[in-house]
Amino acid sequence: MRNIGWNWLGVVPFFAFAALFLVLPTMNIVIGAFQNPQGEFTLANLAGLASPRIVSSFVISIKISLASAVLGCLIGFAMAAAVVMGGVPRWIRGPLMTFSGVASNFAGVPLAFAFIATLGRVGLVTLLLRQWFGINIYAMGFNLLSFWGLTLTYLFFQIPLMILIITPALDGLKREWREAAEVLGASTGQYWRMVALPILFPSLLGTFALLFANSFGAVATAYALTGSSLSIVPIMLFAQIRGDVLQDPHLGYAMAFGMIVVTGLANLAYVIMRTRAERWMR
Amino acid sequence: MKRFWSWAALIVGSLYFLLPLIGTVEFSLRMRRGEYSLDAYRSVLADPNFRATFSYSVVMALLTIALGVLIVVPTAYWVRLRLPRLRPVIEFITLLPLVIPAIVIVFGYIRLFNTSSILPLTGTASGTNLLLLCGYATLALPYMYRAVDTGLSTLDVRSLTEAAQSLGAGWVRIIGRLILPNVMGAVMSGAFLSFAIVIGEFTMAALLNRPAFGPYMQLLGANRAYEPAALAVIAFAVTWGCMGLMQLLSRLFGTRIPAK
Repeated sequence: MRNIGWNWLGVVPFFAFAALFLVLPTMNIVIGAFQNPQGEFTLANLAGLASPRIVSSFVISIKISLASAVLGCLIGFAMAAAVVMGGVPRWIRGPLMTFSGVASNFAGVPLAFAFIATLGRVGLVTLLLRQWFGINIYAMGFNLLSFWGLTLTYLFFQIPLMILIITPALDGLKREWREAAEVLGASTGQYWRMVALPILFPSLLGTFALLFANSFGAVATAYALTGSSLSIVPIMLFAQIRGDVLQDPHLGYAMAFGMIVVTGLANLAYVIMRTRAERWMR
Repeated sequence: MKRFWSWAALIVGSLYFLLPLIGTVEFSLRMRRGEYSLDAYRSVLADPNFRATFSYSVVMALLTIALGVLIVVPTAYWVRLRLPRLRPVIEFITLLPLVIPAIVIVFGYIRLFNTSSILPLTGTASGTNLLLLCGYATLALPYMYRAVDTGLSTLDVRSLTEAAQSLGAGWVRIIGRLILPNVMGAVMSGAFLSFAIVIGEFTMAALLNRPAFGPYMQLLGANRAYEPAALAVIAFAVTWGCMGLMQLLSRLFGTRIPAK
């Protein structure tokens, strides 16, 4: 064995890279959030977050993230439960998992184009609904460049992510637990309410947090879809970095700091919940 | 009854996923009035900007993979061999890019490497390219590290190393000729995922003002009607080709990469 000092040298390149391109840039933003343009310590930037424009951007971002996480969890859970225990043919599972692996990573500009081509004003589904059923969704107040439009688009990567994460958890529900519940006279509803859901609860809550963070940080899809017409946090920050739209560069740091806090908390919740869920997964 | 609901969930879900795909393909064929044609594809492929930005992103993706392998493989190997106590720390750091939004990281780059800083990377085009490359490697870090680490877990790193050392191999030789080939399947999985991420990446390239494929797509989307759909189909094909190959490889080599 060589001495300790030599051993450390092996990880120096990694730590240097991580420090230079991950940790220091982030620290710089976090510290900048607590500084005024003269470099003195201040809480004024954080107080500046309370301006109506920024508050409303955080509110709408959090709403979209919540909506797409809730719906993603529900629909993804239903689809995962269908293949794991729903009595559908086994061969469906492979393609569904493969597709989920692909689609959960398919976000960004092309995804926005796909939804414009489908649910935009002259998109396929919009036209078909009008021709076949006489339903004009745009006359009914639907707009792709809105809260529901964005939520609907985000679901395209949220649902597959839920399927990927929750399927192993559903596999972990042991047959014996169900049999034991049935022997004791439990109905299907009682089994779910008193056995399965409590066991799955940490997994569900953890995945929900992950989905939330996932859509909260998404920029490209929203930007390509709405330009800057919908003021969600990442788009406001994008505009702020491009040109000083907030009239105060340090307010930008505070916004970025706010984003880190939100996604950081959500990911922390995910980690804690996953640790709890693993108790049952042996 | 249970089966009915299962089918209902699957069919409704599948419809939701299929309709945008069908819609995009259909829309991309609609450019010529009254009939389907490949005009939109022709228009996109003939655009010199398409070729320039696409090849720029392909080159960046390949460099990202090379940089990622260079950083991740020796580190993951070394930590397993000599510094096992450091593993949680490294793992935590590699997961950070999933926690910190890319837009925040690139904001930090612009601050940290601006023209008046010690390391003025954003001052020149090649410097900014290098910065973007490092940014991409950072974004790919979680996937690359987990893929390689999973690959390493199937090896007896210690015995392999001792055997190689007793035969007189040095560190470069051990990593390049012994470890790397043994985790090739895992590395390839990570590489395809990195490739897919870099090709479509928008935020970093746009904010660093580099002529990459992502910002080009966005710009075209803002100015044209049918070409974006054709572009989306092309991007779909590239991403899905990469991901499909990755899934195939991970099944072949028996390594699993979690989605996030």
